[in-house]
Amino acid sequence: MTPMTTEQIRALIARGKAKDTIFQAIGIICLAIGLLVIFLLVGDMLLRGLARLNLEFFTNFASRKAAQSGILSAWVGTILVMFVTALAAVPLGVAAGIYLEEYAKRNWITDIIEINITNLAAVPSIVYGLLALGVFVYTFGFGQSILSAGLTLALLILPIVIVSTREAIRAIPAMIREGSMAVGATRWQTCRYHIIPYAMPGILTGVIIGLARAIGETAPIITIGALTFIAFLPPVPFTGEPAAGLFDWVMSPFTVMPIQIFNWTSRPDPAFEVNAAAAGFVLMVMVLTMNALAIWLRYKMRKNIKW
Amino acid sequence: MQIQDTPTLKAEARNLNFFYSEAQALKNINMPIYDKKVTALIGPSGCGKSTFLRSFNRMHDLYPGNRYEGEIRFFPDNTNLLSADVDPIEVRMRVGMVFQKPNPFPKTIYENVAFGLRVRGETNKRVLDDKVENALRNGAIWDEVKDRLQELAPNLSGGQQQRLCIARALATDPELLLFDEPTSALDPIATGAIEELVHELKKRVTILIVTHNMQQAARVSDYTAYMYLGEMLEFGKTDEIFIKPQDKRTEDYITGRMG
Repeated sequence: MTPMTTEQIRALIARGKAKDTIFQAIGIICLAIGLLVIFLLVGDMLLRGLARLNLEFFTNFASRKAAQSGILSAWVGTILVMFVTALAAVPLGVAAGIYLEEYAKRNWITDIIEINITNLAAVPSIVYGLLALGVFVYTFGFGQSILSAGLTLALLILPIVIVSTREAIRAIPAMIREGSMAVGATRWQTCRYHIIPYAMPGILTGVIIGLARAIGETAPIITIGALTFIAFLPPVPFTGEPAAGLFDWVMSPFTVMPIQIFNWTSRPDPAFEVNAAAAGFVLMVMVLTMNALAIWLRYKMRKNIKW
Repeated sequence: MQIQDTPTLKAEARNLNFFYSEAQALKNINMPIYDKKVTALIGPSGCGKSTFLRSFNRMHDLYPGNRYEGEIRFFPDNTNLLSADVDPIEVRMRVGMVFQKPNPFPKTIYENVAFGLRVRGETNKRVLDDKVENALRNGAIWDEVKDRLQELAPNLSGGQQQRLCIARALATDPELLLFDEPTSALDPIATGAIEELVHELKKRVTILIVTHNMQQAARVSDYTAYMYLGEMLEFGKTDEIFIKPQDKRTEDYITGRMG
């Protein structure tokens, strides 16, 4: 091949660059479509619901009159259910992830477990609802309670927590683990002083992303029989007559944000649509806040971890 | 002063074979490690010198499928480091290691050195402070870090990180210290500092060092072993190996005709 002239080289580069530009344009269009849809959705909800977004909306229970209806029991229920979910899913998922990465021997059993965890993440949430109805509601007798709902959603996000824990652990270079073992540390000492702290940003991110998914789940919660109309709050510990115990609230009936929204959208009176839009916007803000928290935590914690 | 002619044995590999699953990486290695001496392992890439080194602290046990045959006897107690009855953690409590790439933990300088002591159950702040300072002095890095012990170790320069890793290994008073190409990621000045340190350290600890750098082996070691394709072709005093190698292949390697 004869060497190219300068003109030929420049022509070649120009042709290549033209393709760059085309792809860039396509990429920007795709990105814009995605973002635009989200902005339109959230904006539309906000505009429709704006009339109801005031303090009373947050402090009123649901009511037959749309204008006096609020989301008090729903947002309290959502937060309490999320609390139970996190409390159950985090220790289980993190411990399982650590075990699989740091302790389990690689053999066909762990291979099967691995495939199953991946599959679990793909199980439709309604199936978790059915399972929970049988196990938590009836067999364990937890009833249609915050506890049942929290545990159901914990099952749902367990695979997400396990997978993100494992990924966070895998991102730690082997030389760090070797450095720890080389001074005579046991596996647990290595996990406790190194693996868990260094994996923590990734684990937390996974947990919050899992919770952000759980917060919007409706199907499994309806399946276990959450009520759609709740005009009271779970008992606050040590209040009331007789005084409620520290954990009485976990057995309380409840409702959550998505169920409240679902309930309102299925009413014939269009006035409730405004409520649904307002509640939808609040739920959206809750999810975005959690995601923002995840990003902030990850940034904050990763600053001090480098190799 | 010609009395130290017969040095005492610190460790000895006897008929050592090693397998990564099916692949045999070490073939029937026999070699003495002398007490308070520096022994260098040289040889072309893939010859098994790192594999051999990592047998001394059972690092291979961290990964599945690895298998040893033969013995590494450790003296004065004549323990077989490779025995299935000997816990690898016990071995690593006695044999320290410094890695090819500096691998400080993403923690403070202080905590990096204190970790080995904490693993051994030391909780007394005074004792920890003392031992950390001592180790950092022995690692020839105390003067550079004494005013910033609470800073993060990965913020140190590469050479400082490596000396910190040496201090981390020294903090727990190992009997044998393994160096796996400790200067291959460092510039010449940092390399010089590490070599000087190795020279200093052999007063208190036996050293086994893998190196790709012939001059380094010649400079720092008392004994040298030449490995090739998983076998130990030659072992002897460093001066003799470098001046009058017995094996043609050793000569080719150290004179740069192969490698």
